Parts: sequence; structure tokens; C-alpha cells
Amino acid sequence: MLDLTPKKIVERKALRINPCKTCQPVGAMYAALGVHRCMPHSHGSQGCCSYHRTFLARHFKEPAIATTSAFTEGSSVFGGGSNVKQSVKNIFEIYDPDIIAVHTTCLSETIGDDLNTYIQQMDIPEGKIVVHTNTPSYAGSHVNGFFNMMCGFIKYLSKATAVKNGKIGIFPGFVNPGDMREMKRLAKLLKTEFIMFPDTSGVLDAPMTGEYEMYPKGGTTIPEIVSLGDCEKILALGELTSMEPAIELKRKCEVDFDSLPLPIGIQATDAYVMALSHFSKQEVPAELEEERGQLVDIMMDAHANFDKKSVAIYGDPDTVLGLAAFVLEMGMIPKYLLTGTPNEKFTTKANALFEKFGVTGCKAKANGDLFELHQWIKNDPVDLLLGTTHGKQIAKAEDIPLVRAGFPIIDRYVHSYMPLVGYRGAMRLLELICNALMDRRDRDAKDEDLEMVM
Amino acid sequence: MGAGILEERKESILVKDHCSGNGKGIQCETQSVSGAVSQRACVYCGARVVLNPITDAYHIVHGPIGCASYTWDIRGSLSSGSDIYRNSFSTDLRELDVIFGGEKKLTAAIDEIVALHKPKLIFVYATCIVGVIGDDIEAVCKAASTKYNLCVIPIKAPGFSGTKTLGYKMACNAIMEVIKPHVQAGQIKKGINILGDFNLAGEMWIIKNYFDKIGVKVVSTITGDASYDTLIQASTAELNIVQCAGSSTYLATRMEEELNIPYIKVSFFGVEDTTSSLLRVAQAVGDAETLARTETFVQEQSKIAQEFLEKYKRNFIGKKAAIYVGGGFKAISLIRQFNEMGIKTVVVGTQTGKKEDYDIIESLVEDDTVILDDTNPAELEKFMKEKEADILVGGVKERPLAYKLGIAFCDHNHERKHALGGYEGVINFTQEVNLTMNSPVWRYL
Repeated sequence: MLDLTPKKIVERKALRINPCKTCQPVGAMYAALGVHRCMPHSHGSQGCCSYHRTFLARHFKEPAIATTSAFTEGSSVFGGGSNVKQSVKNIFEIYDPDIIAVHTTCLSETIGDDLNTYIQQMDIPEGKIVVHTNTPSYAGSHVNGFFNMMCGFIKYLSKATAVKNGKIGIFPGFVNPGDMREMKRLAKLLKTEFIMFPDTSGVLDAPMTGEYEMYPKGGTTIPEIVSLGDCEKILALGELTSMEPAIELKRKCEVDFDSLPLPIGIQATDAYVMALSHFSKQEVPAELEEERGQLVDIMMDAHANFDKKSVAIYGDPDTVLGLAAFVLEMGMIPKYLLTGTPNEKFTTKANALFEKFGVTGCKAKANGDLFELHQWIKNDPVDLLLGTTHGKQIAKAEDIPLVRAGFPIIDRYVHSYMPLVGYRGAMRLLELICNALMDRRDRDAKDEDLEMVM
Repeated sequence: MGAGILEERKESILVKDHCSGNGKGIQCETQSVSGAVSQRACVYCGARVVLNPITDAYHIVHGPIGCASYTWDIRGSLSSGSDIYRNSFSTDLRELDVIFGGEKKLTAAIDEIVALHKPKLIFVYATCIVGVIGDDIEAVCKAASTKYNLCVIPIKAPGFSGTKTLGYKMACNAIMEVIKPHVQAGQIKKGINILGDFNLAGEMWIIKNYFDKIGVKVVSTITGDASYDTLIQASTAELNIVQCAGSSTYLATRMEEELNIPYIKVSFFGVEDTTSSLLRVAQAVGDAETLARTETFVQEQSKIAQEFLEKYKRNFIGKKAAIYVGGGFKAISLIRQFNEMGIKTVVVGTQTGKKEDYDIIESLVEDDTVILDDTNPAELEKFMKEKEADILVGGVKERPLAYKLGIAFCDHNHERKHALGGYEGVINFTQEVNLTMNSPVWRYL
């Protein structure tokens, strides 16, 4: 069952099988949902919007709201100008957001719709805002869509005034609301004044109240996005995701940035914490020292169970790199690292990690797919899979335990509430990995080998 | 109505009132209003959902990656044979392909599939930009068919070219292309084809089993658990039965006109519909013995289901349901099924229902029931609250909305948890509705 994949690897040039990425617009939609009272708007066929909302709803188990230009044959010939103008009018009238964030699709890009002009021609109600970004689905991946939408907000809104705001801007990368909450908790512990952008916490992990809020409490506010231009500095977390918008802000408002990896694992979290501490000129509080100590303690307690185990990690580039760094710290071997996102920086960074930790025989690939990963595994298996739901078929076919991490996870619950970042996130990750490996040992043990104490 | 409803949407909402019906009925079968948070999908989606359950077909999405990613193994249709359909194949068109055209890449993709495997049937779906960049996928498919002597069928399904219903039609045409070359003159016609069941949670198997029991031969299942080899036999059936009318009536009509196979519409949701459907099929194709067997069978099964239902009915007293599903026929069945359970339907809507579906819906529900076409979360919220619905039956996009409002939910779409068709389905549906409505979680709101 579920094992179409032949062992023999034949190079494919045209055919993509079992992708490890999706298209830009869904990333743009996710970024826009991280802005308070923002309506993401998909400028394309209505199917795009429906698919993206479904995709997000499946991962977050939350209503993901967005509107569509609902292209017709006519719009594909004459352009979608009237559709988007009518849309904007309707959206403000009926859904009353403060801001509409338009992203394009493969269709509107291919027919050459000029959103700049359309938006200038719009009759936008007083006090309301429309921004846009270009997200051609045939370039990059959903990760590009995410940072392109961030760039769109910055281009339209961020401003440098004469006075700095004394804050640090945190670009969290393409992570879950649970991660954003943890990043904010750490920043608060270090008494840092900050603006997180975007921020889907409180939006896509909003609590049950018995009311449906089209615009829940969370999200970066418009004044905050404006004020990014007055930040002292930006922490761009995840170079392949957050660097572009940081460069955009630097270009526009001359705000400096530090690019750091996603704070997954010890060293990356240390770097994040130190950057915050350096900025706020605060000592790292005892509470955090304690968390870090607990993490190391746990790693020591359990290390015999995961040391030298091999793992295949796949998903979005910065997430995979972050997870790889942590499993290396744990003494595991990240034998295969794969992302569908086409960006060779991923391979460079992955190889640098292999070198730093002195591991050999590991392989990294950008612009790959899960069919290929499956073939690698068939030829030389691993002990563990670490990545999104889409690796489930490989896990089943090869009987390898799968720990779910990243985007999307469409077959489990709670993941979006829980962090992978920070020392606490690392503890959780360690527990998930260790449990998966040890559950497997228990499952496979003969009766006489089953151990009560492990 | 009023607050919270777009002016353009007002014609698509109807409140049943037997005294002052305006005679116009509801506005439906139109494209969504620009700027609406539509729950609807597109032409490609319509074509893909109908064809996807064909288990040994290679479904190649010719376009940028998204449309392949979003449809990878999401339908929940089960297979008793191949599972090729559970993989995602695409040409993942990139910038250069958009500039120089994607025909060569598509040809190469088909070559690579043939090199990897031994396909019998390939569907090529052209998504939004393929026509715009000028790819002639018909020519590519034809060339590949000839070169490899296999069935390669193009489906030109740009999302913008209409509604999901048009996609259904394209899928039906594609199925006809599979079937027609295998029609032989003077074939003896025997047995039935089941159209418009997608074997979600194994529902096709339940229904097939009934026909086994009553002695009616099933020739092809279209498309739940279908394979190339079973599909090409479809022309030898004497009758088509159509379950999901929205997607498959067009195919039934074409088969009637071109292959001389008549059809009847059936539904296997609820005791009443299942029973009457089985009897009608037996009357149409069976002899007196078959009919007698069927009568005994449905009596036995109905009794079991009814007795089961009776046990739960007290849990449902005074409960009210909202329904928002894809097609009209399912909505109609669900209203009937809720009636059997003693649950009143207070809000009902569909994404792609037709005029005649809405007429039936209107005749089935009580006064004051709100009827919606192509609705959005804001409207659903408003009417579910106003009408105090206790449960919503819908699909993935509606689930979180219901939960946010503290309303129970049952997925009657791709993500259904249990088979909801046939008598077994009545039992499952009753249990699921009971479970969600009476879950302890509602105590903590």
C-alpha cells in the first residue's frame, strides 16, 4: 500500500511528484492574517482563495478568512481591474476591515494586472487602507509569498520619522502562533520593547468564546507596521524567510537588522536571547537560565536514546535548518534535509551545519520533492522522519516513526498552539522525538525484551 | 435580512414563507460576487474531485504547483486496488515555462511517468494560466496517446472559466472519452452503473453490497473505487443510477443519449431515501424475484435502522440543524434524514445547487427556514445564531466556524469520519450527530 515509489532513482526534469511546497498566495494569506483587522484578498479565480483557506483551516483548525476577486472569462481577457475594485468596495461595505491586503495569483500575474494602478484608481473610504504584493505562483514557494506580503505592508506603510521609537522589530518567520507567543514571552522576560510582525497569535489560535470574531484580538496593528520604520533594529529570524522584508525596511527607512536562524535548539535560542539582552541591556533573567539548564539536563538524561540516530527532515527551509541544528546538538545525524522551496542558500547553510558539527554522509537538497526523499530512504533508510503531514505515506510505507513539525500539519491537533522555538520549544521537540523513538522500541520489543524502566 | 448582507447577495437568500412566495425563487448557478468570502471552489476543483477517485489513473496537474498541492490525497475516497491516485503529479510550471510555454515540459512529464510506471490512464488538468500562455494540451495528450498507446485525456479546467459545476461537466466528458472507444455494437446490456458516489469512507462498498444481496449486477462504479478496466465496461450496463446528481447527471444524460442507457436519480442518505432507491432500482432492472428479495431486504434493514434511531430520538428532541453542503441533492437527503431523526432544519444552503433542487428544498422545509445559495461565513453565522441551530453539517471550511460559535458539527464532505451512506450510514450519522451534539465539551463554554 501507498508504495508507488521505485527504489531506483531516475532523474526527472519535468515531473514533480509529491511536492514539499505549495504556491506563494497561501503564504501571503497567512502573513496578512497576522495583521490586526486585515482582510487578505486573493486577486484571481475563486478556487485559489477556497484552496488557501481550506489549507490554512486544515492546519490551524481555525476559520481562515479571505476574499477573492472571483475572476471570470471576461476578467482573464480584459484584466481583473473591475473585479478588484468592486471587491474592495464590497469588502469595506460588508466586512469592514481596517485594511485589505491584496495578493496576486498565477493568473493575474500572467495576464499582467497592474495592482499599483488599480489601487490608485480605487475609491477607498476615509481611514481605510489597501496594500498589495505580487505573488506569482510559478516562482518561489509559499515561503516567498509570506515574505513578499510582509514587503508589501512595509512598502505601503512603514515610515521613518525623526524620532526612533526605542523598540526592536521581530520578524518571526513562517512559524505557528505558538512559536510567536514563545518568542514574545522571551522578549518580555528580557524587558524588551518590541513590535512583532506579522503576528498570528491571537488570530489563528484565538480561544473559544462562543462568538465568531471575523477579526480576533491578535495581529500586528497598522500603527505598529508604520512604526517599524522607527525601530532601533530588526531581528530577522530565519534568513531565508525574514531577510527580504528586513532588507526592504532597511532600504526604505534605514533600519538596521540582524539576521538570525529560527530560535530552535540551544545555540539558536541563545543567539536570540543574547540579541534581545544586548538590545535591552538587561541581564538574562534567572528564570531563563533555569529553562536553559532544564533543557540541557533533559538532553543529558535522555541522550542514550537518540544519540547517533539518523533522521530525515523536510519542510520549509528555515524550519528544516532550525530542526537540523537542534538534532545535531542532540547528537543525532540529520541524514537527509530537503525543502521544496527553490533556494540554493538552503543547501549552503545545511552543508555549513554538517561541517560545523563534523557529520559526514548527510545530504541536503532545495527544490526537491517527497518522492525523491522516499527514494533516498529506500536506498538508505533513517530511524526517524521529522516534518509535515505529507511525509505520512513514506512513514507508513517504510515503517519509520514520524514526528510532526512545520507546515502544514493537517492530520493532528494542538501543534499550532505549542512552540518549537525557545528552550521550552526544544524541550517539547526533544520529548516528541524521544517518545517516537522509544515507543518504536517498545512496539518492536519481544515480550521478554520489553523493559519497564527505560 | 438586512444588516450584514451584501446587496448583491440578497437574491441568493430566501426565507420560506408559503403565503407570500414571490414566485421568483432563489438566485443560483451564478458566479460568486467579487469580494465575497465565498466557500466555493473553481472549475479545476470540480473536475478534479469527480475524477480523483479513479484509483489507477495518473492525475497530472499542468500548472504552477499550488493546484497540485492543495488536492493531494484530500478526498477520502478509498480504493480496493491501486493507490496511484493518492500521489500528486504535476509539471510545477515556473517562470521560464510561463514565458516559453509549458508544452515540452508536459510532454516530458508524461514521458517520465511512462518511464517510471506502466500507466493505463492519464488525466492532464490544465489550470488557470495554461490557456493564457497558449499551451495546446490537447495536441500534447493526443501525441502521447498515440506514442504510448494509452489513454491520455486533457481536461481544460482553468479556474476562472465558470463555476465548479462546469468542472463536473468536464470530468463527465473525460469519463465519456474513456468509455466510448470500448463500446461494441450489439452488446448485451445487463446490470447497473453507480454514478456520483466517490467511495468516501467506503460508502460505495456499502451500496455495492446491497446490490449483491438483492441480486443486481454492478458493472462500473463512477468514480468511487473505479479503475480503468472497470470504467471501460460501463457501456454494457442497462441502467445508470445517479447518487450525486450535481456532479454526475450530465454524464448520465450523455450516456442515455449516446449509449442508450437510461438513468434514475437515487440517494442513499437516510432510511427513506435508501429504501426507495433500492426498490426503484429493483423495479427497473429486476424480475419479480429480485423485487421480492429487495422488499424483504429493505424491510429488514429499515427495521434495524429505525429501531436504532428510536433509541437516540429522545436526545434530539427540540434540536435544530443547519446544512451547508456542495450539491442540492445531498441537501435534500439531509433534510429528509434530519426529519427522520426528529430534528428540524432551520438553515439550508448549497454551493452549487440548481433551481430545481431549491424548489424541492423549499417544499421540504418548514416556514421560516432560511435557504442560501453560495453563502459565506458572515451569513452562515448570522442565520445560524438567529435560528438557534444546534448543529451544522458541512465541510472543512465550515467546521471551525461552527466550533467558534459553540455549535456542534458533522463533516458530510471529504473529511467525513464514517460512512454516511446506506443503512449503516444512518447508524453512523445518528451516532455522530449524537456524539457531537452531546459531547461533554459543550459544558465548558
